This record gives sequence, structure tokens and C-alpha cells, in this order.
Amino acid sequence: MTLDVEKIRGDFPILARTVSGKPLVYLDNGASAQKPQVVIDAITNAYSHEYANVHRGLHTLSNIATDKYEAVRGIIARFLGAPDEREIVLNSGTTEGINMVAYGWAMNNLVAGDEILLSVMEHHANIVPWHFLRERMGIVLKWVDVDAMGALDPQVVIDAMGPKVKLVAITQVSNVLGTKVDVKTICHAARARGIATLVDGSQGAVHMPVDVVDLGCDFYPITGHKLYGPSGSGAIYVRAERMAEMRPFMGGGDMIHEVSKDAVSYNDPPMMFEAGTPGIVQTIGFGVALDYMMGIGMANIAAHEDAISAYAASRLEGLNWLNVQGQTPDKAAIFSFTMDGAAHAHDISTILDKKGVAVRAGHHCAGPLMEHLGVTATCRASFGMYNTKAEVDVLIEALELAHDLFG
Amino acid sequence: MASTAFEEIVEDFEFLEDWEDRYRHVIDMGKAMPPLEDAFKVDTTKVHGCSSQVWLHPRIADGVFSFQGDSDAMIVRGLIAVLFALYDGLPVGEVAAVDAGGELARLGLNDHLSAQRSNGLRAMIERIRIVSSEAAG
Repeated sequence: MTLDVEKIRGDFPILARTVSGKPLVYLDNGASAQKPQVVIDAITNAYSHEYANVHRGLHTLSNIATDKYEAVRGIIARFLGAPDEREIVLNSGTTEGINMVAYGWAMNNLVAGDEILLSVMEHHANIVPWHFLRERMGIVLKWVDVDAMGALDPQVVIDAMGPKVKLVAITQVSNVLGTKVDVKTICHAARARGIATLVDGSQGAVHMPVDVVDLGCDFYPITGHKLYGPSGSGAIYVRAERMAEMRPFMGGGDMIHEVSKDAVSYNDPPMMFEAGTPGIVQTIGFGVALDYMMGIGMANIAAHEDAISAYAASRLEGLNWLNVQGQTPDKAAIFSFTMDGAAHAHDISTILDKKGVAVRAGHHCAGPLMEHLGVTATCRASFGMYNTKAEVDVLIEALELAHDLFG
Repeated sequence: MASTAFEEIVEDFEFLEDWEDRYRHVIDMGKAMPPLEDAFKVDTTKVHGCSSQVWLHPRIADGVFSFQGDSDAMIVRGLIAVLFALYDGLPVGEVAAVDAGGELARLGLNDHLSAQRSNGLRAMIERIRIVSSEAAG
């Protein structure tokens, strides 16, 4: 089976609109993906017919909402290959997931002088929570570089796993360079040394099949809105052995067993890590989005996007005034670039927008990588399952116009 | 009625029919604008800390407002040149009353002023108002 991109495009109503009088060419999927009609319908249906708070009432609507919400845990477990759905903590996205690991796990298991190993191409969401621990506990952040092509050699990461390293936190796919990281080799080496691993799946889970057991990671956070689901939804896989080492970090309703004036006892995991009323409808929509992706097939999505990536790479390579950051041969369909001459990334994105092409311009929440690359800002075109080669051609034409305008 | 210099820009724009020509013109204005000396590109003149940077160096003498500005984004430089035509030589007491958004709309460039734009132009106009109001006392 292959992927029928025209049929898929028909499932996303927003792709039919125009921008600046031109057909929308949406290439900002790395920031957030658009939503298929089934997800939009699920949101409307939940609020129209099946809405109440979850885990609390015994009335009909509360039961329906709870069943629908809890079913998503199983969908996510299937999507990630997690053996047990109790290893899935529902949350608002990767940022919350990584903060939970920082406060709930690292704060209890690391001491001053311990090291956390990061790659230079991490997103700020996988940097700043660790800086908190550096500031508050004296944790040391240790960095590994990417090479000139933007590749991360797993051996370089393994060689950096000294005796003080207690956690390796590395992205599966760079949100700037599109580099795919061999996280499996890294995680298995870390496991053998008793080092915990967090694989940032924000981008990776969107573009390729994921099996957390095969990867051998301890923590794998994902973000719903990048996976064609609603914003404010997300989850993190936490391997059961690591979950047992965690303490709750947010207190509130739903995560407790009993509360008195003098004492508190907690709900079982994963509920222990889900304080307060969650994003009920967002999560229900997230489940529908993952079912939609699995219905198309992650291998099919990956094959389609790899073909788009190879085509885009060859077309962009033909523009000798364009500097594409990250040149690994099998990269995900994410292209960051700068242009020779006077054009700033914001200039380029302004002109592209006039041609209906939506890209991101800026530092992409990746300060250390920007510093490593020696640039202050880039434009980024990031593709999703509904993008086509014809859209790559529109991007190229728009870039040629921008180059002509700025010289 | 805005300044003569600005009205001349408005006239130029009236001859430009499509957006490409308008942008080409703005970009050319940006390229032609003299850069702000590096010595003035400091924290106190920096208007916006985002990835496209904007600087404003006000020059006020004898109650007359002027400024030098710069940006690392070329379209923003062009827009700064437009703002220069709008504000240069005004008595400080009259600067705050200029409806910059309305004037830029006459050029079809007001979409650069939406709140989400991180190009610093809106913040620059705000800084011009504050600086001139303080000088006016």
C-alpha cells in the first residue's frame, strides 16, 4: 500500500484555503500540523454530546467522557509500542513531559555534580528544564556537537557517557536540521551503563514508526499538535522501572488517593502524574489523530515524506545562493536555510507568504544550535504527510523571487 | 496631510500596481538607507530582542525630532526609511499625534504592524512616541 496524498489532502479542510490570493502551501509542520476533519469532528462531537469532567462523576456524561479519554492512553501505547498503557502519562505536550521528568524524576535521583548529556541540536524544551536543575541543584550540563554535515555520531555520545552522567536527553529528529539520530544505539549503550535516557519525540514520532521498547529509551515525550491533533494535548512514555523512581511534581485533584490536614497519599501511577482537570477534549481529539495516522500507516507516511525530502533536497541544492543547514543524506523533510546577500530570514518568509507559502523564520527555539552554526536566524520549510512535490516546486519558485528581490 | 517627504513616497507607491513592485520599492529604500553606525547599535537603542533586530537612535535638537534607525532585516530597513520620512523634522510635541498605522495603510504596508509580527516595527513606533513625549515634557 502506498499513500494517496490527494485523498489525504481532502481530509484537511484548511488546505483548500488561499493565502495572499494563492493556494496555501503549508510548510510549517515542524511548528504545528494542520488537523484532519475527523479530529475537528471529534472535538465538536465531544463538546456537543459527550462532555463532562473525567474521573469524577458517576453520571452518564462523566462516564462517557472518562471512557473516551482513557481509551486514548491505549491508543498512544499502541502508537509508541509501549507494552503497558500504564506507562503513558497524558499531558499537554513535550514541554510538560520533559519538565515532569526534570522535577519528578531527575530532582529525586540526581545530586549536585551529576551530569546530564545533551546534544547541541536540542530544542529549548529539552534544554531549559535541565538548566533549572543546573541553577537549583548544581547539575552539570554536558554537550555533544554535531559534525559539519549536521550528523550526530552515536559513538561521540557514547564516548561522552562518563561516570557522572546520569541522564542522556537527545532528540530523535532535529527540528532545525532534520537530522535523524540513531537513538537506539545511544539508548542501548546508556542502558548497559545504568544511565537513564530521554528521547525527544516531538519531531521523530511525526515522521517515522516508533517502538519505544526497540529504541530502549526510558522517557519518550510527544506533542499532540504536531501529530495532527489538537494543541494542548500530548503524552510521555515512561518505562515502568523509571516511573517507580518518580515522585509527583504537580499537586492537585485527580492525582491523590487521600488528603487530610496532616497527610496525603497518592493515586497509582500514571494518574499520580496527572494533576487537575486535563485537556479532556484535546486528548480525545489526539486519540482520533493517532488513529488517523495509524490508519494511513506510519511506514507509508515515512516513505512519502522521505520521497518529498529527497526531492526537496535535490531542488534546493540547485539554488547555489541558498545555504541549507544540515546535509545528512537521509534527513527528515525539514530544511533550514539562509540566503546569500541582504535577505534576513524574516525577509524571505515575508515574500514566501505573499506566494502563499508558510514557513517559519527565526531561531527555532534552538539557541545552542544557532550558535554552533554561526547564524542568528534561518527560514525553515518542514513538510508533513499532506505535502506534495508540486508544493516543493512552489517553494522553489518563491525562493527564486525572494532572491531576485533582495539580490 | 503628512510630511512632504512622506507624501512623495505615497505618490511613488500609487504608480506601483502589484505587491512585487511595492516590495521591490520598499527593499530598495532599505538598501539606500545609510546604516546606523555600530557604535550606536547598543542595548539602549535596541528596540526588540527577537531574531530580526531593530535599533532606534533618536536625535532631538531645538525641539525638533529626528532619528536614525536600522535593522538586520531588509524589509524592516525599508519600513524604517518610510517612518523616517514620516517623522523627520517634526516638532517633538507633534510626533505622538502621528497615526503611523493609518499612514502605512495608505502604502498597503500596514500588515507589518499586526501584533504577531516580531519585526519590531510596532515597538519602534511606540519608542518614537515615548522618546518624543519625554522630550516635549
